[in-house]
Amino acid sequence: MKRIAVAAALIALLSGCADLGVKPWQRDILAQPEMQLISDPVEAGLDDHIYFSKEATSGGRGFGGGGCGCN
Amino acid sequence: MAVDLEVVVVAVTKMTSQTEQAVAEHQLTHETSKASLTMLLASAGCALLAGLPNQAQASELDNWDFDAATLIYAESDSRVTAAEPVISATRNFDSETKLNLKLALDTLTGASPSGATPSDQAQTFARPSGRGDYDIKAGEQPLDDTFRDSRAAFSATWSAPINRDWAYSAGGYLSSEHDYRSLGVNGSISRYLNEKNTTITLGGSFSSDSIDPEGGLPIGLSAMAVPGSANFDQDFSNSRQGSSDDKTITDFLVGVTQVINRRTLMQFNYSISASDGYLTDPYKIVSVIDDSSGDNYGGNYQVNGQNLYIYEKRPDTRLKQALYWQTKYQRENSDIIDFSYRFMFDDWGINSHTLDLKYRWQLGDHYLEPQLRWYSQSAADFYQRYTTASDYQNVDEISADYRLGDMDTYTVGLRYGYRMAGGSELYARLALYQQQSSGSSGFGKLKEQALYPDTTATMLTVGYKF
Repeated sequence: MKRIAVAAALIALLSGCADLGVKPWQRDILAQPEMQLISDPVEAGLDDHIYFSKEATSGGRGFGGGGCGCN
Repeated sequence: MAVDLEVVVVAVTKMTSQTEQAVAEHQLTHETSKASLTMLLASAGCALLAGLPNQAQASELDNWDFDAATLIYAESDSRVTAAEPVISATRNFDSETKLNLKLALDTLTGASPSGATPSDQAQTFARPSGRGDYDIKAGEQPLDDTFRDSRAAFSATWSAPINRDWAYSAGGYLSSEHDYRSLGVNGSISRYLNEKNTTITLGGSFSSDSIDPEGGLPIGLSAMAVPGSANFDQDFSNSRQGSSDDKTITDFLVGVTQVINRRTLMQFNYSISASDGYLTDPYKIVSVIDDSSGDNYGGNYQVNGQNLYIYEKRPDTRLKQALYWQTKYQRENSDIIDFSYRFMFDDWGINSHTLDLKYRWQLGDHYLEPQLRWYSQSAADFYQRYTTASDYQNVDEISADYRLGDMDTYTVGLRYGYRMAGGSELYARLALYQQQSSGSSGFGKLKEQALYPDTTATMLTVGYKF
C-alpha cells in the first residue's frame, strides 16, 4: 500500500514537471520588470556590497568576487 | 516596420504573378493590375518615408535606461558611516542585446573594531600607519578611529543572444581605493530549453586584487609595537614585511532558471569560489590574555610592563561553495512575493544560512515593499576572540575579527516606490540592520567585559530610474 502511495506521489510529481512552464503568449506577467529575478540590480549591488563587508559570506545569487578591501 | 514591408513585398509578388497570367487574356486587367501595383508601391514608399523621420527623430537617449541611487549607511555609536552614490546606465540595442555601465563611489568614515578585547584598564594602540596612537578607556570596545577611505568602482557588462537557443554575457570590473585595487573579468553562457521555460547558465569570473596597507604589511602573529616605547621604530619595522601583496579570486557558477507557471519563476544556483593569496586583514589584531593565576587572571598579558597584542593571520587559500534558491511569485492581486535561501560552506569551517523575503504590495502607481532578511554563520576554525599567554606562541593562524565569528544578522526594511507616467520611477528604502555575535565569555576579569557587542546600522537608499 505504501509503495503504491509512493509510486502515485512520484507519478504526480513527474507529471507535474511535464506541465511546468508557459506558452510564449502566456509570458505577460513574467515579462514585467518587477518579475525579473533581480528586479533592481542597483539595490542588489548596494546590498551585496554592505553584506560582503559585514559578513563572511558573499555571492550565491551571482559572483561573490572581491573588489573591495573591506573584508 | 520591417514586418510591414515584408507584407507589402509578398503582396507585390503575388500581384505580379497574377498580372503575368492575365496578360494573354485581358490587357485591361493588366493595366488595372499595373495601376494597383503602382499604388501599392507608392503606399509602401509612403510608409517607408513616414517611418524614417520618426526613427531619425528618436533621440539616442531613448535607447538608454538610467538608474541613479545613493545609499547612506550609518552604524550606531559613531562607528562606520558610509555614503555610496551609484549610477547605472544601460544601452538597449534590442530587447535582448544590451550594454550596462555602472559607476559607484563610496566614502567611509568612522571607527572599526580592531579585534582587541575591552579591558578593565585603559589601553593604548599604535595606529596602523605607525604614526601616532589612540587610547581606549577601561571597559570600552577597542575601535580604530583612523578608518577613512574612498572607493571608486566601474563595471561594464555586455549581454546578447547568440541565436534562438543561446545567449552570452561578458564583463569587466575595476575598483580602486587608497590601499586596495581590484581588476576582474567575467562571462556567462546560457542555453534556453523547453520553449525558453528552462534556462541553464554557466558563468565564470576571475579577479586579481592587490593590497597596499597603511604602514606596510604586518607579519602575521608578530607583536604590535608599543606606542611611546624607546624601541618603537625598530619594533614597528620588525613587525612589517614589505609594502604590498595580492590575491586572486576565481568563481564558477551553474544555474537553472525554471518558469513554473504564468505567475511563478524559480532559480537554483551552485557556485564555487577559490581565493588564493593574502586573505588576512592587515589592520586587525588579537589580544593576548593572562591565564596564569593571580591578580591579573583574565587581564591583558604584559611583556616588559606593556600589553601584548599580536597581528592576526589567516590561511592563504579559501574555497567557498554555495547553493542558492530563489522563487518569485505574483499573486492574483499583482502583489509579488520574492523569497530566497542560500547555504554556504567553506574550508575555513564557516557555514552560513541566509533567508530573504520581500513582499511587494502593489497600490496602483505606488508600491510598498516590506523586506526581511536573516543571516546566520558559524565561526571559522581559526577564529578566537582572544588568545592566551600560554597559547599565543603555538597558534598557526588566528583572527578575532567578529565577521569570522559565530554571528546572526537581521535586516528589516521597507521600500516605497512611485511609478510615474513615461515609465520613470522614484523610490526610497529604509532598512535597519543588526549584528549579534556570540562566543565563549572568557575567564577571570575578562568575564566582566562585553566581548560580543551588538552592532546596529541604519541604511537609507534613495533612487530614481528613468
